Amino acid sequence: MKILVCISKAPDTTTKIAFTDNNTKFAADGVQWIINPYDEWYALVRAIELKEKDPSTIIHLVTVGEADAEPVIRKALALGGDEAIRVNAGSGDSYYIASQIAAIAGQGAYDLIFTGKETIDYNGSSIGGMVSELLNLPYVSLAIKFELNGASAAITREIEGGEEVCEVGLPVVVSCQKGMAEARIPNMRGIMAARTKPLKVVEPAAVDSLTSIVSFELPPAKAGVKLVPADNPAELVRLLHEEAKAF
Amino acid sequence: MSVLIFIDQSEGHIKKASLEVLSYGADIAEKSGIAAEGIILGNVSEDIAALGKYGVKKIYHVDNAALNHFDAQVFTNAIAEVVQRSGAKVIVFSNNVDGKSVAPRLSVKLKAGLVSGAVALPDTSNGFIVKKTVFSGKAFANIALNTDIKIIALNPNSFSVNTGGEGSAEVVKTDVKVEEAKVKVTSVNKVKGEVPLSEADIVVSGGRGLKGPENWGMIEELATLLGAATACSRPVADTHWRPHHEHVGQTGLAIAPNLYIAIGISGAIQHLAGVNRSKIIVVINKDPEAPFFKAADYGIVGDAFEVVPRLIEEIKKVKGVA
Repeated sequence: MKILVCISKAPDTTTKIAFTDNNTKFAADGVQWIINPYDEWYALVRAIELKEKDPSTIIHLVTVGEADAEPVIRKALALGGDEAIRVNAGSGDSYYIASQIAAIAGQGAYDLIFTGKETIDYNGSSIGGMVSELLNLPYVSLAIKFELNGASAAITREIEGGEEVCEVGLPVVVSCQKGMAEARIPNMRGIMAARTKPLKVVEPAAVDSLTSIVSFELPPAKAGVKLVPADNPAELVRLLHEEAKAF
Repeated sequence: MSVLIFIDQSEGHIKKASLEVLSYGADIAEKSGIAAEGIILGNVSEDIAALGKYGVKKIYHVDNAALNHFDAQVFTNAIAEVVQRSGAKVIVFSNNVDGKSVAPRLSVKLKAGLVSGAVALPDTSNGFIVKKTVFSGKAFANIALNTDIKIIALNPNSFSVNTGGEGSAEVVKTDVKVEEAKVKVTSVNKVKGEVPLSEADIVVSGGRGLKGPENWGMIEELATLLGAATACSRPVADTHWRPHHEHVGQTGLAIAPNLYIAIGISGAIQHLAGVNRSKIIVVINKDPEAPFFKAADYGIVGDAFEVVPRLIEEIKKVKGVA
């Protein structure tokens, strides 16, 4: 069994979002970078669990980013995984990133390709779908449970108002979310081991982005909360019903 | 030249999110002076022609039972075939569960730029620029689509359904090549009788301030009264007071209802990221310093166990429910 886990760096969830250069760039100064939570807690940890069950499993991590992505990929290696590949590329859109991952995946004969369901910065939720199309593989998105049955997998995925279980032969691309695995933190042995695990750097494939970011903007500030005294819920109901017309 | 709108269905019923994208796509078509067309895959039990009232003139219906179950790969190929035949230049999806799965595949297949999570009509004054949410709702980005064919996946609850329209659409029965899905659905488990959280207009949500799962009765009663879905904060889901699918926030579900009522939730930045696109936010919390009040439209500083039962009584009066 050979698994490729896609890892992205993302700003820590408590980051205050701001922009520079006339609102065309994310203000990255002083930002604490983490492994994108969906990639880490669900995709990577589920892959590690599969390896714990079957130690012959090989896990490769792939990230698309410049050298500043290496601390994050090392942290991912500290959790688990056998080796990492960094595609040495700057920014690009989802199509660009997915094309880089597909180029790596296409050379590796992977049985499983795991991604997080989305990154918490650009919220594209596109990489898994794009990689699967580039490789002409089946795609199961928003997975909340994953079990291997030999050469196929039973996957539970979210649908509107519930969930469904499906069977799919390998190889398959899966986007992972809450439920796949329980978050864990790296231990000291893992952190030490990560230092010597191979981290291969490869140059990007020549691909053009299909979209580009023109500018960013912050949402308009809220007008401020209207407080209603605790002993007068009738007033709140009146405001919601008549002023806000919320029900 | 046309705008092609993907009309998503489940078990033969048109999803609410589809009415939003129909209205949105028809608006784009009208502003660009081209035709608005729809596509439906699978058997449908509703009146398809009646969808014309949302502004769509023609609907391609691939009435094939092999398409009753969504599959990203099969749907991508079917849609691509209709795109080619219809000459569509803009393709619109809802950024819902199915849209998130099929739109990226179609983007690759057609080499068409994709904006997912769109919240507004495209700005075509200088190119084709679509606004979308980024940083989990904490900001927006304006994205230029630089390809001949453009794909937009519209966030649910971010465009009003056009309710004033009239007319009926021409339904064109269409055959496309449908291959066998590699993903086989073996069971479907829908929560019956409840409003799906992602489609709910009103959401009532509880946090740690409710002290324990045994206290959710009043949350459910309030939700039932308002026709609302119930949700919860992350600690509540993590301690299994409530099921995981109710968790809203940065690492849970991101929602955008018309009304979000947060009870006993302090409003950590990660929680806000999942709910800050709600049109109106009401916060009930006994801590006046709770950060959630800064993001709220209306609030009551008070004990939920006293406020909520009285709130229920007052809503019953307004609704005329005994």
